[in-house]
Amino acid sequence: MTAFFQGWLGEGFGWFVAHIILILLIALPVMLIMALSTWMDRKVWAAMQMRRGPNVVGPVGILQPFADGLKLFLKETIVPSGASKGVFFIAPMITFVLALVAWSVIPFDAGWVLADINVGLLFIFAVSSLGVYGIVMSGWASNSKYPFLGGLRSAAQMVSYEVSIGLVIITVVLYASSFNLTDIVESQRGNMFGFLNGHIFNPLLFPMAIVFLISALAETNRPPFDLPEAEAELVAGYQVEYSSMTFALFFLGEYMNILLMCALASILFLGGYLPPFDWEPLYMVPGIVWLFLKIIFMFFIFAWVKATVPRYRYDQLMRLGWKIFLPLSLFWVALVSGWLVFSGHYSGGPA
Amino acid sequence: MSLMQAAKSMLLLEFIRGHLLTFRYMFRPKSTLNYPYEKGPISPRFRGEHALRRYPNGEERCIACKLCEAVCPALAITIEAEPRADGSRRTTRYDIDMTKCIYCGLCQEACPVDAIVEGPNFEFATESREELMYDKDKLLANGERWERAIAANLAADAPYR
Repeated sequence: MTAFFQGWLGEGFGWFVAHIILILLIALPVMLIMALSTWMDRKVWAAMQMRRGPNVVGPVGILQPFADGLKLFLKETIVPSGASKGVFFIAPMITFVLALVAWSVIPFDAGWVLADINVGLLFIFAVSSLGVYGIVMSGWASNSKYPFLGGLRSAAQMVSYEVSIGLVIITVVLYASSFNLTDIVESQRGNMFGFLNGHIFNPLLFPMAIVFLISALAETNRPPFDLPEAEAELVAGYQVEYSSMTFALFFLGEYMNILLMCALASILFLGGYLPPFDWEPLYMVPGIVWLFLKIIFMFFIFAWVKATVPRYRYDQLMRLGWKIFLPLSLFWVALVSGWLVFSGHYSGGPA
Repeated sequence: MSLMQAAKSMLLLEFIRGHLLTFRYMFRPKSTLNYPYEKGPISPRFRGEHALRRYPNGEERCIACKLCEAVCPALAITIEAEPRADGSRRTTRYDIDMTKCIYCGLCQEACPVDAIVEGPNFEFATESREELMYDKDKLLANGERWERAIAANLAADAPYR
């Protein structure tokens, strides 16, 4: 496609137009799926509490997120009088943009990736770490106590769990010998017993998949780690002073981060765009469908956890992050690298 | 912490059991009503929106005795009355401030001719406060609209009062 536009519009401008179109082709479906995921979240949550959930707007309530979005769009943006205006408005934009940017390196199918960079995983890791800035800035700029406390909690929590996420990622990277997400997915082709696709089927990596899932819950401020917005104590944390579109951007960014973590879990552990079994007829289904199904499955787990477990206390959250996950994942990095050297994984590879 | 406990908590056994429980609950029948399309049962004594009733021949029941106005603990009812051309005593004004009303049902009990009643309707939310200042026309219109339900409820409750 880039070549087509370059032949038509010239070298530089053609490249630009082609990439704008590609970005829209990723961003718009991602936002659509994000809207549907909020609906699914509420439906699953409701069903597990024996409620109905949204069921009036559209068939089975599927248009509810669009109605909510329209409602937010039509509301008035309220700025607290003591707020630092510039930072107050930049914060939700940062959250939203960073949540969207990380999708550029996600491979949707073999070769279907906007930026096929060799450090894709590091890029995602960097971008999701930057995400904490949006929250800290909103907490500070609101000039109000609940957002401030929420921002502080969120910063500490995201920093703590990024450490264990980083170590978990290293175990996967050791197996794939690459930071490129497409290579990581390809390394899972028939990686267990020759017919299972996905690191989750590897007994050595399965515990890391669980650690990754739990850390991802903490990283995206989802229950049971939703202390930054604990509605019982902090009302809504850093979102308290936000209204209208500024709130909508936070909301979009938050769910997009959740979907990103789901996509990352699918790529690292569930085999990305590969079908779960290395069996020829399953490859008839396009890879993007497999990735979509895996993301939805992971999102279902997120919603399931939300409906099941109560919120952690803050000291318990920190204890889990620093005293259990950090030593465990550190030990596992040593274990996995030891096993890989022992089993001769690197004998012919580009170690 | 014993070794057993440590193993249990590391294997997340309790978490898994809890999640399986919520997963089973997902397929249970819903315990909530599908409200706007499905409503719960209401007692014949339910005290909802007010209505002024008429006799079957079309004559309004209210004789402007003002007992309801006197008994109303929230002072929500305002009545003005004059003798009509044929000499019978009727109201010229019968207002209920629905924002003051506490839905105690004392007006209904005080009424000697079953004119003012509280019907079964509880869905009369409005978009403005002014619309909740009911006048006589509105109350008589309610009476016409809900007459069948109100009559049935009064008949059902009659043996007990």
